[in-house]
Amino acid sequence: MGNGAIALGALAAGVNLVAGYPGTPSSEIIETVSKYPHEGVHLEWSVNEKAALEVAVAAAYSGARALVTMKQMGLNVASDPLMSVAYVGVKGGLVLVSADDPGPISSQTEQDTRRYADFCRIPVFDPSSPEEAYTMIGDAFEYSEKYGTPVLFRPTTRVCHAYASIDIPDKTSPKEYDGFIKDSGRWVIFPRLSYLNHGRIEERNVEIGKDFSAYSFNTVQNPEAEKAVVTSGISYAYVRECLKNRSDVRLIRIATAFPFPEDFVLGALDGVSEVLCIEELSPYIEEQILKTAGMHHLDLTVHGKLDGSVPHNGENSVELSAKILSGFPGVQTANGQVDLSGSPALPVRPPVLCAGCPHRASFYAVKQAMKGQKAFFCGDIGCYTLGNAMPLDMVDTCLCMGAGITMAQGMNYTNDGVCFAFTGDSTFFASGMTGVVNAVYNEADIILCVLDNSTTAMTGHQPHPGTGRNMMGNFVEKVDIAKVLEGMGVRKIVTVNPLDLEKSIKAVRECAAEKGVKAIIFKSPCIAITKPSGRCSVDSGKCINCKKCIREIGCPALVTADGKVTIDRNLCTGCSLCSQICPVGAIGGEEHE
Amino acid sequence: MNKDILICGVGGQGTVLASKIIAASAMQEGSVVHSAETIGMAQRGGPVTSHVRVGENAFSPLIPSGSADIILAFEPGEAVRNLKYLKKDGIAIVNTCAVKPVTESLNPSGYEGTAQVEYLRSRCSCIFVSSDEVCKPFGSSKFFNIIILGVAAGSGRLGISKETVLAQIEKRVPQKFIQTNKNAFLAGFEIGESAVK
Ligand code: SF4
Ligand code: SF4
Repeated sequence: MGNGAIALGALAAGVNLVAGYPGTPSSEIIETVSKYPHEGVHLEWSVNEKAALEVAVAAAYSGARALVTMKQMGLNVASDPLMSVAYVGVKGGLVLVSADDPGPISSQTEQDTRRYADFCRIPVFDPSSPEEAYTMIGDAFEYSEKYGTPVLFRPTTRVCHAYASIDIPDKTSPKEYDGFIKDSGRWVIFPRLSYLNHGRIEERNVEIGKDFSAYSFNTVQNPEAEKAVVTSGISYAYVRECLKNRSDVRLIRIATAFPFPEDFVLGALDGVSEVLCIEELSPYIEEQILKTAGMHHLDLTVHGKLDGSVPHNGENSVELSAKILSGFPGVQTANGQVDLSGSPALPVRPPVLCAGCPHRASFYAVKQAMKGQKAFFCGDIGCYTLGNAMPLDMVDTCLCMGAGITMAQGMNYTNDGVCFAFTGDSTFFASGMTGVVNAVYNEADIILCVLDNSTTAMTGHQPHPGTGRNMMGNFVEKVDIAKVLEGMGVRKIVTVNPLDLEKSIKAVRECAAEKGVKAIIFKSPCIAITKPSGRCSVDSGKCINCKKCIREIGCPALVTADGKVTIDRNLCTGCSLCSQICPVGAIGGEEHE
Repeated sequence: MNKDILICGVGGQGTVLASKIIAASAMQEGSVVHSAETIGMAQRGGPVTSHVRVGENAFSPLIPSGSADIILAFEPGEAVRNLKYLKKDGIAIVNTCAVKPVTESLNPSGYEGTAQVEYLRSRCSCIFVSSDEVCKPFGSSKFFNIIILGVAAGSGRLGISKETVLAQIEKRVPQKFIQTNKNAFLAGFEIGESAVK
């Protein structure tokens, strides 16, 4: 997998420390490091992306090589230290992988990491395949040390999740390094240092642009052709696929968008009168070409996103590239598909909370307790965002990591009604805690529901501070969420098992009756990482077929066969939520295995 | 050899193992292989596809529309959803047993898969297998991924030898399940062979 290639490339480059926060499509980088020999490498899931980067910065100040991984929105969280370390610079190589997600396929935004490179004035590498990613990550470390700057590395989903075979060395070992050498004039950021370094950085970036002009992954094919396509990242693979066996189109690929390799681009465009830019996310390269054309008075027509030739949103594909190219050099798209007319309607398969997911029970308890009362439900990022679906309909807002807690406060100050915040355990540690302090300090009346399932479920079940296990393979003391809340000044904290419906409803009612910040910790593990406790079944003699269980909780294991409600034995985990809802007690009989 | 192989189904059906075995087998036979998975979310039940591209001439990790030589569909609706990838003279190996969406009891769609099977029959050359039937001797639907792999190999359209796949099964399946998986593969192989006779 592309993510595996990045991990192995970093190990081959002698990385000393790897830190990150899970996020699709980047999570498998750290997981791959943990699966391969990495003796002497410090490996961690940090509590969030900012923490990961700061840990890595100190390593890089000490001369060690450090890799930081996250998804693109994680870079927003890490942008504070990133901007500053860009001014200070580094000694050991510091490479930050920020995986972009055109589509978006599993993200909230379609932001472009290359813009951050430009914004922070640091180099960025943009691989177009797993093989390239493997080589380029090593190059990224080299450039980082050569110019003493942090470097961004930007794969996209289709590179991260593509597989290829690569040859790796039998043995890798972490780099030798000096350790931190004190020099407050260098490592302590002050206005004067920033002023001086700002000037140096801009001069240095001109140098890097020249250096990148000779970089082996900035390439030109068919240099004789008069029409040119400029592309980058995975779009390069798509365009190549479309232009197989064609020599009448010049194909220019830019793997280092910033600092822009201007000399290379000027040479590559020599004799070209019309150029089409095909890239995902923002028209970054297109804008740089327009700028270059302007500065050098080139007689060049530039097509791309800015003139409507290429869509701004969504991901690219071979099909889309062919469509875009059809109006330019003209490509044959008739690949000989089968006749697709008259296709029958297909089932929609939306993501839903798993059968037996404890989140379903937590949401249902809050919903029942608040029946007939006005209430607002501020959700957050995780599997539990799916609590928005019918029939639960328990997520009114979802913005970004940790925002549920703070948004519930804003709701409370501006609306009448009971305000709930839902946050997962991993999200709580990542960016929920400061929001709780804010609520206590500013006297909010909110109920914080921590949906504690002892894992980071949505991104593939990574451990976190509450799980008692870390990426060095050690068992560590669990950070206790209830104690954390207590320490932050939350006066009322109740811990319940959400699968006990009655107790859960009681806890919610109790909290709703009190003023101030209250917390309910709904504690029950994600069923995807635990063994099912048994199975439930419907007693068809008792069942009155009212379908209340189906209507109210939407568990995928509750199905109708020949008009009767039954439970799919392959899905049911025996959570017993449905049996607590059935008005005639027809569900039960836990068949323990 | 150049070959594009698309594997599709619903999360939890074991499509990933099938694609890994195909990719590893093609590699063992000396081909360059690229593959990609559309990775679903942690919850089960969503559509999943794996793209396996064999040969030097593939650049995109995903198979372009109209390029797949063979589709292995673990579910009839998913076969229709991915039919756009199939070449005109390609072949689809399709499980006739439908998997209803997990939301079926809440929002009944009446989906049974029969219309989808008929549609496929009218559109391209297909080999149909019923997972319910072929899995019976093995006692679990979990072996369907290996059986359908056998059907594909047996049809001669996969371009990979029986022995190579068997060797890969040996490598990738837990010790105590190796023999059953080999038997499942061979049972599928026979179905594939007789289907093209
Ligand atoms: S006990 Fe009921 S609600 Fe729980 S998983 Fe089984 S069918 Fe679903
Ligand atoms: S993976 Fe875990 S947390 Fe996510 S929906 Fe399934 S049971 Fe719930």
